[in-house]
Amino acid sequence: MSKAISPAPSGGRFLAGLRAIILGWGDISDFTLQTLGWMVRRRPSAGTMLPIFYQVGVRSVPVVGITGLFIGMVLAVQAFGEFTRFPPLRGWMGAAINGSVIRELGPVLAATMLAGRVGSAIAAELGTMRVTEQIDALTCLGVNPIHYLVVPRFLACVFLIPLLTVLADFMGVMGGAFISTQYFDIEPYQYWSQSQQKIGLWDILVGLFKSMVFGALIAIISCHRGFNAKAGAEGVGRAATDSFVLSFVAILVVDFFMAMFFNTLYVQIWPRE
Amino acid sequence: MSTTSIPDLDRLMPPAPPLLRLDGVHMAFGKNEVLRDITLHIRKGETPVLIGESGCGETVMLKLLIGLLRPSAGQATFDGRVLTDLPEADLVRQRLRFGFVFQGAALFDSLTVFDNIAFPLREHTNKSNDEIEVLVWEQIHEVGLPGALLQRRPAELSGGQRKRVGLARALILKPEVVLYDEPTTGLDPIMSDVINELIRQTHQRHHVTSVVVSHDMKTVAKVAQRIVMLNPVSRIRPNEQQIIFDGDAAELLIASDPRVQQFVRGEAQSRVDLSQSSLSDY
Repeated sequence: MSKAISPAPSGGRFLAGLRAIILGWGDISDFTLQTLGWMVRRRPSAGTMLPIFYQVGVRSVPVVGITGLFIGMVLAVQAFGEFTRFPPLRGWMGAAINGSVIRELGPVLAATMLAGRVGSAIAAELGTMRVTEQIDALTCLGVNPIHYLVVPRFLACVFLIPLLTVLADFMGVMGGAFISTQYFDIEPYQYWSQSQQKIGLWDILVGLFKSMVFGALIAIISCHRGFNAKAGAEGVGRAATDSFVLSFVAILVVDFFMAMFFNTLYVQIWPRE
Repeated sequence: MSTTSIPDLDRLMPPAPPLLRLDGVHMAFGKNEVLRDITLHIRKGETPVLIGESGCGETVMLKLLIGLLRPSAGQATFDGRVLTDLPEADLVRQRLRFGFVFQGAALFDSLTVFDNIAFPLREHTNKSNDEIEVLVWEQIHEVGLPGALLQRRPAELSGGQRKRVGLARALILKPEVVLYDEPTTGLDPIMSDVINELIRQTHQRHHVTSVVVSHDMKTVAKVAQRIVMLNPVSRIRPNEQQIIFDGDAAELLIASDPRVQQFVRGEAQSRVDLSQSSLSDY
């Protein structure tokens, strides 16, 4: 007589799930600490770094530039509809568009694009190396895989994603200005002078700091997913997909907390009258 | 009066301590137990071949011997040092005394053949580019590959060429132990024989200790000095060891255990009932 398989008790499933979450966090924390440790201990060679910097930085320029340009242009189209309802406020369009691009949309959308383009590629590449035993081969040859594979990708993401964010910001600002002044006939002087009043160095630096954090998140999540890819084409595909989804969620969650933190910090430094 | 020949003297000498040891090793991945209470000692210069059904843990044993995996219980020892007790830096130093030829060669896709073979020299020696070039050329000739392949990428090589490049990379630092994971899998019979011959020649030229995992009885016949057969954990009988055979090729052929004979002859009887399977439809 066959025995019916009873489902695991819900309490047991909950504890197993909780254990898996705690182990997962522990694993990724250990991975991050090892990456930071190797970054301090030994600098990767230029021969290892340059191809990765080229892949992450130079090859991302077109997609980030186009994304930034159209963010600015779409913002101008959407903002114009609202601002025309209050004609005296039309001059503030520049401040609204440029502020949104520099503070939030530039860093977040550039990071999202890079999570898709760079993060998925990293996870797929390292996942393939894992399932074809290339990572084991590195270890057998006396080379630490985290030092050789993760540190260069981490550095490339942390240092180049801010530069790409600057590009996205610039293209967004130019796209918004072009549509506003050339298509909607906003007075250029008003457009730029209001922007200058409302956007300061603080906004630019906060945006760049955020993009560094996003870069670090993308690198760690993507490399970790790649290192833990399961065997087969499905395993590599899943690693690439997971890396994008997890990076995207992490970017949005961390962005919220950083926005709260920097707003509070700003008010502490420069109290409102 | 009897004279004592040199081989007899060798026999009279106390045996050298094992270079590689697995003592009471258990290995499990989650709930999947792969190795149970394995004890295996390998002496310097020996060439044991590990055989057994796919999935019964031979590759895991190789990875335990080089410290790529930590046993769930028991210990792996190399040259008198327990690998799990070594700090990372020492473990790396010990690993450099090994060469590992992976089943799929595990060549680095992003590097050329030359860079793959030169990789260990660049990472662990201070040799000039000229010296490295000479050593790489020597090594590529030793494994019988033409120099024209050096600038190709691994993706442009055939299976046999990849294995030989993998062997060249494994040998470039002159290791004391070479581990081969299914070196002839996926190769045609002639290329399999080429690889078997290379394993034999490498052993003779460099006096290395070679541990080979193989399911190919031709490899066993050609390179094995000692054959160790594993049984899958799921089929171990009560009070039985997982290693069901440990002896030389002559002993293998007359082994009384039907499971050993079944494996040697490659017979499916008792495992698949052909009269009941869909194969009988054909």
